[in-house]
Amino acid sequence: MTETVNQYVLENTDLQRLLDALIKRGYQVLGPTVRDGAIVYDVVESLSDLPAGWTDEQEAGRYRLRRRSNDDEALFGYVVGPQSWKKYLHPAEVRLLTAERSGQTFRILNNEPAPPRRAFLGVRACELAAIAVQDRVLLGDRYRDPIYAARREEIFIVAVNCTQAAPTCFCTSMGTGPRVREGYDLALTELAGPGKHEFVIEAGSAAGAEVLAELAPASASASASSVASEAVCREARAAVERAASQIQRRMDTNGIRDLLYANFDHPRWDNVAQRCLTCANCTMVCPTCFCTTVEEVSDVTGTHAERWRKWDSCFSQNFSYIHGGSVRSSAQSRYRQWMTHKLASWIDQFASSGCVGCGRCITWCPVGIDITEEVRAIRESPASSKESSHGNP
Amino acid sequence: MTMATAAMIDPMLPQPYSVRQVVKETANTFTLTLEPPNGAGGNWFQPGQFSMLWVFGVGELPISISGDPAERDRLVYTVRSVGQATHALVSREVGDAVGVRGPFGTGWPVEKAEGRDVLVIAGGIGLAPLRPVIYEVLHNREKYGRLVVLYGARGPRDLLYRKELAAWARQRETQVLVTVDYGGLSWRGHVGVVTTLFKYARLQPARSLAFACGPEIMMRFVARDLETHGLARENIYLSMERNMKCGVGFCGHCQYGPHFICKDGPIFPYDRMRPLLDKYEI
Amino acid sequence: METLEHIIAEHPFFAGLESYYTNLLTGCASNVRFEKGTYIFKEGEEANEFYLIRAGKVALEIFAPQRKPIMLATLGEGEILGWSWLLPPYQWKLHAHAVETVRAIALDGKCLRTKCEENHDLGYEILKRFARIMEQRLEATHFQLLDVYRVGR
Repeated sequence: MTETVNQYVLENTDLQRLLDALIKRGYQVLGPTVRDGAIVYDVVESLSDLPAGWTDEQEAGRYRLRRRSNDDEALFGYVVGPQSWKKYLHPAEVRLLTAERSGQTFRILNNEPAPPRRAFLGVRACELAAIAVQDRVLLGDRYRDPIYAARREEIFIVAVNCTQAAPTCFCTSMGTGPRVREGYDLALTELAGPGKHEFVIEAGSAAGAEVLAELAPASASASASSVASEAVCREARAAVERAASQIQRRMDTNGIRDLLYANFDHPRWDNVAQRCLTCANCTMVCPTCFCTTVEEVSDVTGTHAERWRKWDSCFSQNFSYIHGGSVRSSAQSRYRQWMTHKLASWIDQFASSGCVGCGRCITWCPVGIDITEEVRAIRESPASSKESSHGNP
Repeated sequence: MTMATAAMIDPMLPQPYSVRQVVKETANTFTLTLEPPNGAGGNWFQPGQFSMLWVFGVGELPISISGDPAERDRLVYTVRSVGQATHALVSREVGDAVGVRGPFGTGWPVEKAEGRDVLVIAGGIGLAPLRPVIYEVLHNREKYGRLVVLYGARGPRDLLYRKELAAWARQRETQVLVTVDYGGLSWRGHVGVVTTLFKYARLQPARSLAFACGPEIMMRFVARDLETHGLARENIYLSMERNMKCGVGFCGHCQYGPHFICKDGPIFPYDRMRPLLDKYEI
Repeated sequence: METLEHIIAEHPFFAGLESYYTNLLTGCASNVRFEKGTYIFKEGEEANEFYLIRAGKVALEIFAPQRKPIMLATLGEGEILGWSWLLPPYQWKLHAHAVETVRAIALDGKCLRTKCEENHDLGYEILKRFARIMEQRLEATHFQLLDVYRVGR
């Protein structure tokens, strides 16, 4: 976090002790695993569950896993997979209530199981920023989402500083990475190379310090062996800076809100509409997208009813359905809605951008639409001066 | 507990209200009176707010509250049956339960109208969310100036609250004008769109507040004409509508530009709406 | 009791017209009354006047075969009825039905057309005013066409 926080070194094998310490404290530890050719978050109990030696190749519309060419066994040597932590905090399917009919009335049963206590292992800076963005939407506005709140409190976060960037990353443009800044309990920087594999670790909270004290007991007395040397600290910093220097994509966010509001009728929207399949992949992989729908489930006898909340997407045809038709019927209007909301309206709604620059939407778009390129295209040829729109005087 | 605090704890949990009365207004429109479950506190709502009404196992809808805010022991809704969920709602019988969440949203700024003339312009079922305003003004007559109600519907058979319209017209300093788009042989009233009634409204535009509710196109025509007649944009209020799944700003469906209709609205001043109303597919 | 000239001069439709012109108009004006249920004019008849409605209600109707008469719009106090006198072929396009007893000022169209031809300034003033009425009617008709209260698509 700051220079005054002590940094310690953990040998690669010692990381198992971190997992054990968390499990011992009653956390269900979730972290990256390899499955179906992608990095997927799942329960991890041992280091062997982690994607040692794997990295990802990402470009617009392309994602592959391959073995790391450095021939090291880095555990966090990938960038970001298709999933984000909203998988657990804002689940794709969750039951809102169960109700039973009795006579003419109904009773709501208070039988939702409490979510397990969880630790997230391997949270990137962009993901931390995304969690903060969703915190603002679901906890920090007029109403509080109790489902998100129950899953969010007591999450133990082990963050990971990125030491490499994918071509699709643009966290530097969004001010969210690659270094983690706040909101974590422990932060790791992995240094893996020939004949060496260690982690620089620091605490970001009291809970983190408590776990760290158990892992590096010498820390209490600042003994030599596990305190990170000046050289190692420098090396860790350099590794993260290297990740920043690898960033290729940029998004100029200066005045982006007014830019998008003023270009509602820009021909670029027609252009992107010809490519966009409205498949909604981007909204599913985006770590900040939060839209949901509610479905009714009842049994044949009609005495038992459930309401389920499920992820929804503004790209779906019926998302804006009202009075016999959809307000946003064309693909053009739906793409424009998503991008304008993410980069512009979000600022008016929640005082920050909705985008954290993780690049997932670029990678997972089947036709490779690049949000940074769409912004550039509009910026480079804006509409002639028109009245600023969206109700801002 | 009151409905407001229930919403604070878990805004997605409905309370089972029971149907006290179902009144048929037109061929497909019904007014339901609901009373709260035993022991629940008095209902308070601002004119213009809405509830999310849930029919067990069928579905949930946003419906404007159309009753009298002074009657704290009940909630009244006028519902038009257009699909599965609304049909289930209007088919409820006395004693059946309906899940209620809310009240949600912003209300008509009636307090701004104190000392001024109030112009209520309703199109079709848009009269339902405006009726609480009319009650409020008539119950506190000395606080407000003239009350003018302009109401347009498709045809004579689609008119809501006919008896009340006649009763309101008899109140002092109150004018009620009704028109239909399609007259039919036995109709002896006005025929034409609701904007054609403006010229008959007896009020002072400079000291008037206008509240309009109806189909969006209707509100666009109305607001434009009101401006031509001398009302300032910030004194014209509209009730907007979009698809809603939650009513509390989480599902994302009701967004209109940067506004969440469920919590920033549904009532908005025209000056904020005007740039959005012109935009297609926003 | 108000004189015809006074009524015309005070009527909003003629606001801003020089008194010389309102004088001319008065020369073409007369007081008329239509009992409830009668027709002021019928489609196809020669259009020779227009009316400033002072009281009552007029329904504009179209008769179509195999359908009951369709009431398109109603006009009331203060409104102007009829502009077909202004342009050839000077024929009414609709029926005007007094659904309540109507009191109006009738202005002789032929008389007025002649005066407008003689005095183009007067003609322009009259045309400007009628153009505004037509615009308002057109907009209201567009609105009515949209059938905004219809349920479903």
